[in-house]
Amino acid sequence: MAAAAPTAGPSQKSKSPIDRASDQLLAWAQALPMTLVFAFFFLLPLALVVMVSFWDYNEYEMIPTFSGRGYTDTFEGCLAELPNLCTILKTYAKTLKLCFLVWIITLTIGFTVAYFLAFHVKSKTWQIMLSLLCTIPFWTSNVIRMIAWIPLLGRNGLVNQGLVGAGIVDKPLEWLLYSEFSVVLALVHLFTFFMVVPIFNSMIRIDKSLIEAAYDAGATGWQTLVNVIMPLAKPGIVIGSIFVITIVMGDFITVGVMGGQQIASAGKIIETRLNALQFPAAAANAVILLGVTLLIIAALSKLVDIRKEL
Amino acid sequence: MGGERGKAFYFLAFFFALYVLFLYGPMIAIFVLSFQGPEGGLTFPMNGFSFYWFGKLYEGNGIIKIGASFLRSFKLGLVVMLLTVAISVAAGLAFRKKFRGSAALFYIAIASLIVPSIITSLGIALEFRIMDDVVRHYGPSWLADTHTTFMGLFTSGLGAHLTWTLPFGLLIMFAIFNRFNPAYEEAARDLGATPWQTFRHVVLPIILPSVVGIGLFGFTLSWDEIARSSQVIGEVNTLPLDLQGLTTTVTKPDIYALGTVTSAVSFVVIFAALFAIRALQNRQAKQGSDAGSGMV
Repeated sequence: MAAAAPTAGPSQKSKSPIDRASDQLLAWAQALPMTLVFAFFFLLPLALVVMVSFWDYNEYEMIPTFSGRGYTDTFEGCLAELPNLCTILKTYAKTLKLCFLVWIITLTIGFTVAYFLAFHVKSKTWQIMLSLLCTIPFWTSNVIRMIAWIPLLGRNGLVNQGLVGAGIVDKPLEWLLYSEFSVVLALVHLFTFFMVVPIFNSMIRIDKSLIEAAYDAGATGWQTLVNVIMPLAKPGIVIGSIFVITIVMGDFITVGVMGGQQIASAGKIIETRLNALQFPAAAANAVILLGVTLLIIAALSKLVDIRKEL
Repeated sequence: MGGERGKAFYFLAFFFALYVLFLYGPMIAIFVLSFQGPEGGLTFPMNGFSFYWFGKLYEGNGIIKIGASFLRSFKLGLVVMLLTVAISVAAGLAFRKKFRGSAALFYIAIASLIVPSIITSLGIALEFRIMDDVVRHYGPSWLADTHTTFMGLFTSGLGAHLTWTLPFGLLIMFAIFNRFNPAYEEAARDLGATPWQTFRHVVLPIILPSVVGIGLFGFTLSWDEIARSSQVIGEVNTLPLDLQGLTTTVTKPDIYALGTVTSAVSFVVIFAALFAIRALQNRQAKQGSDAGSGMV
């Protein structure tokens, strides 16, 4: 028994071809339910989105004949209006701006919080307790966490009461709620968590002796941060960024609720088209959104091999 | 990074405290405000203290039957939880054997996480619409004449939720099996256990705490899910969808009461699961080690 190999390697090699074939069969059987779910509820629907985006439509139904109307309607008048931006391009510019703001803020907060937890909280128990503390709000519905801002930011909310009471402004600020400001605030509130977790994960894997070595070699705290910790935390930063960016690019709920249904975004266009039952137009917008999102992700994942990090 | 707590520590601790305040402040505000008196409004100051708005919620406000959507979401959450556990564990086992096509399945699961939810939701809605149209036009007349839609809570809705919960389940399974020592299985095999016995009596007890974690994730992700549900639920709504609808129509604290109640459900489920995980780990520690109970 003592000679038995502790790893699976050698015993795998000694298996007969029949055993290996039955292993494969068993593995396929085990993976089958998940494959079926993704095939039927993800891949096929995505393919249908692309297909339907080339269908024709009228006021109340989609017509299965080839047409580029979904796309041409979307970009209607864009060439004529140049150099001014047409509605769709303006909406995308706004979506990208929101996305960039939320990304940069969640990254800054997420990195700082993760850094504090990983390097300054020494005891394991405290690390777990404080991480749990950050996780708890995530257990509550997003919509509830959005409406939670109303009593604070509303016209008669706490912030305005405080500002007016302190004499900083003489009448309540109107732009606190149902504005771009409140949308960004709510998105940061909702999704910073997605930055903290992956960055924290890559930070605690950093070998502490590397940091000691940097100090011994005379690096300042800042130099260590920029030249040692940041490069090593890059995988976490990229994974967190991909999460936040894809969520914000497709978001229509936060933009709807916190923007008072007044602010347009790429996701909101799709929702509006759907409510008007213009499925091919909605699908065309979905394809465009998907393309833009994938481009951003492709650019980000050039920076790091994600599969290796999991 | 020495033992001394320098300025950096205090700055970062302060920053962290601000972040926690930012996270909790708004939520505490609505929890408190849901106990407004009958005359209270959506903002501070509190106008008395009562359970009035919870009572209102229980009676229903006429427009939307909260109780019904509460139950629907709860049932759907339970089904999603069970399926997520079963499907993720099976797939997790499959991935240990490096089957052909595993890389493709992995990338599809990750893609399902990062494709914007509204697109997945739209795709599933289109799929079911097309299926309905096909049945209405080409189906046998006994079906075609009465057919309305296949779309529903436990068909399209369930599928949409699974595309959201399964990637998380799979990632957790990866984390589990990365730390799993196969020597236990070999020992079981050497002692003559069948593969099923090995799984049932050796692997499952070891991974059980994390499997409870997958179930927990499945339930809460489904319970709060809204973007993927938005186009695919059919005629009835889940609780988050009703809640989203209420944000534009309700201007009374009953919406805060609803927020407090649904949060309470999330917390109860999670603490129950954490408690179960804890109990399983304790049991493992007790049974897994024979320290102190030796022969000598």
